[in-house]
Formats: sequence, structure tokens, C-alpha cells
Amino acid sequence: MKILVCISHVPDTTSKINFTDDDTKFDTNGVSFVINPNDEFGLTRAMWFKEKQGASVDVVNVGGPDTEPTIRKCLAIGADNAIRVNANPTDSLFVAQELASVAKNGGYDLVIAGRESIDYNGGVVPGMLAALLDANFVNTCISLEVEGTSATAIREIDGGKETIKATLPLVIGGQKGLVEESDLRIPNMRGIMMARKKPLSVVEPTGSASQSEPSSFSKPAPKGSVTLVSADNLDELINLLHKEAKVI
Amino acid sequence: MSVLIYAESDNGSLRKGAFEVASYAKGVADALGTTVTALTVNVSDVSELGNYGVSKVLQVSDNALTKFQAKAYSSIIEQAAKAEQSKVVVLSSSTNSKYAAPLLGVALNAAVVSNVVSLPKSTSPFVVERTAFTNKAFQETQINSDVKVICVSNNSYGLKETSVSIEAEAFSPSVNGGSLEVVSIDKATDKVSIADAEVVVSGGRGLKGPENWHLIEDLATVLGAATACSKPVSDMGWRPHSEHVGQTGKPVATNLYIAVGISGAIQHLAGINASKVKVVVNTDPEAPFFKAADYGVVGDAFEVVPQLIEKLKAFKSTN
Repeated sequence: MKILVCISHVPDTTSKINFTDDDTKFDTNGVSFVINPNDEFGLTRAMWFKEKQGASVDVVNVGGPDTEPTIRKCLAIGADNAIRVNANPTDSLFVAQELASVAKNGGYDLVIAGRESIDYNGGVVPGMLAALLDANFVNTCISLEVEGTSATAIREIDGGKETIKATLPLVIGGQKGLVEESDLRIPNMRGIMMARKKPLSVVEPTGSASQSEPSSFSKPAPKGSVTLVSADNLDELINLLHKEAKVI
Repeated sequence: MSVLIYAESDNGSLRKGAFEVASYAKGVADALGTTVTALTVNVSDVSELGNYGVSKVLQVSDNALTKFQAKAYSSIIEQAAKAEQSKVVVLSSSTNSKYAAPLLGVALNAAVVSNVVSLPKSTSPFVVERTAFTNKAFQETQINSDVKVICVSNNSYGLKETSVSIEAEAFSPSVNGGSLEVVSIDKATDKVSIADAEVVVSGGRGLKGPENWHLIEDLATVLGAATACSKPVSDMGWRPHSEHVGQTGKPVATNLYIAVGISGAIQHLAGINASKVKVVVNTDPEAPFFKAADYGVVGDAFEVVPQLIEKLKAFKSTN
């Protein structure tokens, strides 16, 4: 089985979010970047398929040269090859089209992406990619097994989950549950050394179209201060929630 | 040219999100000088949509659509959009709608913009505001495609009543779900889901162990709330992952969010930031959650929560 894992290079979850250039660009100053957590769960599941079922695992990222440390980390975790599409992403369709081009060229059986990236939170790329490839698609996937050309996946739904059977080729929008947090791998020295020698090919974009563009960013208004209620006077809390906040 | 919505339902009843989507679409339709058409699947009584600005309903009745299947559903929404020549299609941010939206976007050659929290700032160019960086920021997005698919963030626009006369007609699109098969659905029918809840009660490490979760559950029961938890709690296996709220878990946008024994890590706060009113109960007055909350109680959950449950019961019985 040939697996392609799509990787986003995103600000660490603890990052302070600021903007520059008249609030039109994300300020990367002092921000450390990581593998998008939803993608990392998918990559870790892919490593399981590699080790238990002999799958090959490639990773792909659409981004500039600055994303290469993140891609190398994926190789250090155990991916075999990496591809970087040399373009700064503009919108979901652009990224999906570029990923689709890489996926078609590589003839992959299974494409795993994260449910959403934690920067722009679009949650659109995996589905668009599946539609462009005319492949089956399971989003918010929390469990995945593959036997031959048939897959069994569990999808999280509002208030529960559902079990899905689908044939390959398949695109997954993955999240925590594909593997546990404790299954995530920290690259060891041997992995890091090997990653330096693994192929990271850079391909130019195919000239995909965009349909939308961010025009500006803003931050939520600062919050007012908390109203403290004494633990001995919970009637006051109920009163405030009822009369002031009007939520009960 | 009407604005099309997919009005979501559960077992034949429209979900609350359908009315929020209708309210939002009515605002867009007014700005564009057109009307709102709703697509429903296996819903017999659609009249309530008329209270939220929907003037026409395309009613699909088909047993092949009993289970939600993204490909089949995106295909029928596509057919409805083409029949109505809709330039704007509005969906909710439910798990199912966000599953179908990108498939629909490719089929209609439309941009898909999710987590939208405002009516268009302008319609030419078409600019909407959405949340990004897990609610740490807002992003204005200009949509340049001819057809636009918008997913409205849950509980952001709210319900706006606008009574209009409503007509319904049967709509019979061709249904093709491809080779993917939904084998089984496992859904608790007696519990409120985090997505649908007006109130969420959430517990953290301060509860000291899964055996104390009855405190969270009892408080949730009194309030008709869904239960949730912090990341460490789900990572330690005290509670299922489906209850984990925060940046890498579920986003929460309820009217009332009550956090018990949760310190308020930045990732957690980002995930619950869109909730309207936040209450924190924590022993540590320095816990970061107190800076993000509207109301706070410094105290021991094991003393505060049982009292709060009794007092709420008394309050509920008289209100």
C-alpha cells in the first residue's frame, strides 16, 4: 500500500497570535512551527501501516523553503520520502489542487490529511482533495483499518460515531483517535540522522487557481475582568447567570 | 438566484442549526435582493422555516438518504443549487455539513469558506468575516468565485425571526452515494451532544479521577447540559476523546460554559472562546481561566459543585 500524508506547517499551539503589514499577514516573529497536530495523528497511523503491513509512506507539504524543518521532522519520525510543492498556499482550493496533482502522479492508495489545520481552521482541503481525485472520503476519522483494498473507518459525528466501509483509493480527514496522544513519536537521534539522507524533492506548483483571499485580520476585543463570587454565596452566582447573563 | 440552504435534520426533525442557517441566509438574501430557498431531506413538517425567512422549500423524500452520506448529500445540494441557480449556498458548521461542503465546493466550482461569523461586509466584492487560529483571531475573506459556499459558525449569528409566507414543493434529485457504505451508527439518544448543547459543563484534572465525574454529570443534568473535559483528562483516559474540547479537540460555542477544575491552558481557552458566558470553579485563584471567564468561584469543586447542584435544583423548580 502506498500512503501519502499531507502535512501542514503551523504555529505551535501555545503561540501568541499577532499580525503585521497593516494586519494583513500573520506575524511569524518569535513563533515556533510544528507539524499540524491533526496531521501528526495521521502520520503516526501511517507509520503503523508501514511497520505492520509493509506500507510505504510519503509526506507532502505545500509551502516555501521555511517549512523544510517540519518536513524533515516527518522523515525523522519515519516517512520514506518527502515532497514539497514550492508555493505559499493562497486558499483551500489551491492547496487541494496541488496536493491532487502530487497524489495522482504518485498513484497512492491512501491519502491521509488532518481534519483541519490549527492555523486557518478551514477544514476544507481533505474533502476537496477527495473530490478532485474522485476517491472515497472519510472526514473526522478516529479509527482506520485497511485489509487489501478495503478500509474500515470510524467517523466522529455530533453526539456519537459511525462505522464506514470503503474501497481504496481513499482520502482521510484525520484527528486524535487515529492514534492516541501517547503513541506520538519524538524523533530519536538515529531517525534525525537518517532523515538528512532521505529524499526531499521540491516540485514547482502546477499553477492552480484560487477562489478566495484573506483581506485582513483582527483580534477579539480584550475581555472584561471576571466577576468573582464567594464559594459561600452561590445563590449570587445563580442570580447573576439568570438576571445579568440571562443564560439560565 | 435565491440563496440556498441545506436545512439539517435528525430523524425527521429540523435541527436548531437549520434555523440559524436560515436566519443568516435571510440576511444575505436581503443584501443581494433575493429570497431564501431551503433543501430538506426526509422532513415532513417544514413550516417552521418560514419563521426564519425561508420562502421556498425543496423537500426531498428518499429512503436511500436515511443515513447521512457526504457524497450523496453534496450531490443533491448541488442539484438543488443548479435548479435554483443559486450563487450563495449556506450550510451549518455541524460535522455532517463540514463533511459535505468541500465536495459541494468542487462540484459547483465554488470557494468554500467555513467558520463564518458575520453577514457579508460587502457583496461586491463579497467579503465575510470568519474565525481563524482557533478563535484567537478573525479573518476577513474575499470570495472571488461566482458561486460561494458558506459554513456559518455554530451559535455565532443566532436565531433571527422573520416571518415570510412559505411554499414547499417535492424535489426528486438523482441519488448517488458511490461505493462508500455507512455500516452502523452509534449515537447516544438520551444525551445532549456538545454540538447541539446550549450549556456545556466541563471537568479537568481538579476532579482528581474518573470516579468523581458524577459531579460533572449531575450538574449537567440539572442544566440540561452536555458534558466535556480538558485535554489531560481525555489523554489519561478518564473520559472519551469525543468529550475533549480545546484547540486539538472540539470547539465549543455554547451560551454557557462551566469549567470545573480546569486551569485554562491557552489551547483550552482557544477552543471554548466562542462561548458566550464562561464560569470557572477552581481552587487556585491564579489559574489562567479566571482571566478568560465572566464569572468565577475560587473554591474546592468537591464542596462547590454539590451545593451548586442543590441550589440550581431549587432555582429550576421555581423558575
